[in-house]
Amino acid sequence: MLLNPKKIQQLAQNLASLPPDENSSELKGRSLWQLARARFARNRAAMISLIALLLIVIFSIVGSSLSPWDHEQIDWDAMADVPMLGAPSIQSRHYFGTDDLGRDLYARVIQGSQISLMVGLIGSLIAVVVGTLYGATAGYLGGRIDALMMRSVDILLAIPFMFVLILLMVMFGRSIYMIFIGIGLLSWLDMSRIIRGQTLSLKNREFIEAARAIGVRPLTIITRHIIPNVLGIVVVYATLLVPGMIMTESFISFLGLGVQEPQTSWGALINEGARSIQNGTLWQLLFPLAFFIVTLLSFYFIGDGLRDALDPKDQ
Amino acid sequence: MSGPRDLLLRVENLSVNYPVYTKGGMPWTRPQKLQAVNSVSFDLYQGETLGIVGESGCGKSTLARAIMRLIPAAGGNAFWKGQQDLLSMDARTLQQLRRELQMIYQDPLASLNPRMTIGQIIAEPLTTHFPKTDTSEINQRVKQNMQTVGLLPNQINRYPHEFSGGQCQRIGIARALILHPQLIICDEPVSALDVSIQAQVINLLMQLQQDLGMSLIFIAHDLSVVRHISQRVMVLYLGHVVEIADTDMLYKNPLHPYTRALISAVPVPDPERQRKKSILLLEGELPSPMNPPSGCVFRTRCPQAQAICAEQKPALKNVHGEHKVACHFVG
Repeated sequence: MLLNPKKIQQLAQNLASLPPDENSSELKGRSLWQLARARFARNRAAMISLIALLLIVIFSIVGSSLSPWDHEQIDWDAMADVPMLGAPSIQSRHYFGTDDLGRDLYARVIQGSQISLMVGLIGSLIAVVVGTLYGATAGYLGGRIDALMMRSVDILLAIPFMFVLILLMVMFGRSIYMIFIGIGLLSWLDMSRIIRGQTLSLKNREFIEAARAIGVRPLTIITRHIIPNVLGIVVVYATLLVPGMIMTESFISFLGLGVQEPQTSWGALINEGARSIQNGTLWQLLFPLAFFIVTLLSFYFIGDGLRDALDPKDQ
Repeated sequence: MSGPRDLLLRVENLSVNYPVYTKGGMPWTRPQKLQAVNSVSFDLYQGETLGIVGESGCGKSTLARAIMRLIPAAGGNAFWKGQQDLLSMDARTLQQLRRELQMIYQDPLASLNPRMTIGQIIAEPLTTHFPKTDTSEINQRVKQNMQTVGLLPNQINRYPHEFSGGQCQRIGIARALILHPQLIICDEPVSALDVSIQAQVINLLMQLQQDLGMSLIFIAHDLSVVRHISQRVMVLYLGHVVEIADTDMLYKNPLHPYTRALISAVPVPDPERQRKKSILLLEGELPSPMNPPSGCVFRTRCPQAQAICAEQKPALKNVHGEHKVACHFVG
C-alpha cells in the first residue's frame, strides 16, 4: 500500500508540536459506562427497539395534535353503523377507526399509551429508588438490621399482590392513582432483594475496605461506592420491570377494575376490542394490541441489550 | 539503627478471633472460635519498616486489619505514640487518627472503585477528611502525588481498568500518601505483581519512606523482598509471634527452628550454591487454628520438639538486644 507522504509529514508535525510537558493536556478516560454505551450501540435488535420505543413515546405525546377528534368525543354518524362508517379511513379522519360508541380510536390509543407508559415508568421509578436504597442499606449494614429489613420484605412479598390491588380498588373506588399506589407499594420488593444480594458480594471487595480504612462514612460508602457498582443491574432490571407493570395494569383494566371511563389504557382498549370481535370490528383489537406488543418487545430487547452491554463477562 | 528512637505504635497482646459456624448447626449453637491472631506484641518506631512474614493463613492480614480497626480485636491494645489506644478509642478520635494511618492492598485493581476516575480515587482521603478543600487545590495535590509515585498527571481522568497492575498499585500508593500519613500498612503490596514490577514498587516505597519519613508495616510472604525493605522483621506462625529481630540479625542468625526452616528455603539466584544448600524441610501441615496444639504451636512440626513443648507455651524472650524468640531451647 502506498503511503501519502504529505499525511505522514503532517502526522510528524502534529506529534512534534505536542507540548513536551504532558501536564498541559489532560487525557480523557473512558468510563465503564461509556464502554457499555458503545457495546449497546452495536446491538442491532436493542437499537431498533430503542428507536421503536422512542417513536411510541413521541407518538403518545404529540400524536393528538394530528387528529381533530378528542378521546371522549362521540361521532354520532359513525356510531350508527360502526362496522361500516367507523372503520379506519383517512377521509372520516378516524385513522384507527372508532370504538363501539363512535369515539375515535386514534385519540383513545394515544390516551391509553400515556396512561400505560406512565404506569410502567412510575412503577419502575419507585422500584429503582426505594428498592436500591433499601437493598443497599440492608446489605451493607448486615447483621440484625439486615435480617429485620429483609424479613419485612418477605412478609410483604407473601401478600398476594393482585388481591390487595383489587381490594384497594373496591374499597377506595376505581382510580388510576390507586394503581400507581398499589404498584408502587409492591414493585420495589424484588428489586431490594436483588440489590441486597449484589451488595453482599460487593461489601467484601477491597475497594470498600479501602474506603472504610480511609474513614468514609457508611452512608457515603453506600452512595459513592456501592450504588454506582450495582446500577448496571438496577438499569437492566428496571427495563424488564416496565413491561411487567404495563401488563399488570392491563390485566386489572381487562378485568374492568383499572382506569375509569372516559379515560382508557391499552389493557382497557384490548378488552373492549376483544369483546366486540364478532361485530367485524377487528381494528378495535388490533391497533391497541399492536402498540402493546411493540412496546413490550422493545422493552425486553432493550433490557437484553443492556444486560449484554453492562456485563461483558457473561457473553 | 542508632540514636534514640521515637515509638510510633506499641501493640500489646493483640488477639483476633473469628466465629466459625458449624454446618447444619442450629441458629443458637455457639460458633467455634478461630484464633487468627493470638496475643501479638511488637513496637514500631518512627521512620522504620517492620516486615511481617509467615505462611498463608498465619494471621498477617488479620493483624493489619485489626490495627486499622477494620475488624474487631478480641483483646489487647495498640497505643499510638504511647498515648491513645487505637483498639478502644471512640469513633470520633479514630476518625481523626485515620488521617495518620493508611493502607495499601494486595490486589491493585480490586482496591480501586471501577466507577471512579483515578483523580477521584486518589483524592478520596482528602475529600473525606477535609471536605472544604477547593477543587483546584485537590486537583493540584492529586497531580503532585501522581508525579511522586511516577504516574503521568495528565491521566487524572482515566479509570482504573485503563491501567496495568503496577500502575494500579501506584495509584493505591498515591491514595495512601495524599494526607502525609505517619504509618502505612502494606498488606502484601507486591504479591500480585510481576517480579520486575515488584522491584519498581518496592523501590518506590523505600524512596518515599526516605523522603517523607513515615513508618511502614510491610506484610509479605516473600522473604527476599522483606529483607530488602525492612529494618526489622517479625515472624508469625499460626497467629503467634515466634521471632522478632533486626533484619540482618534474623537472616544471618535465625534462632527459632521455624525461622531457620523458612530462611533455608529461600532460593539463591546461583544454581551452584543452590544445589549445595541444605534445605530444612518441615514435616506435616499447618495445624488448624480452630484447635491449635497445646503448648508451643510449632511443636507438631518442630524437629527439636520435646515433652516440655506440649506442656508449656514458650514466652517471647529477649535473647540479645532486640532479638526476641519464643522457644524453650533458645537463650
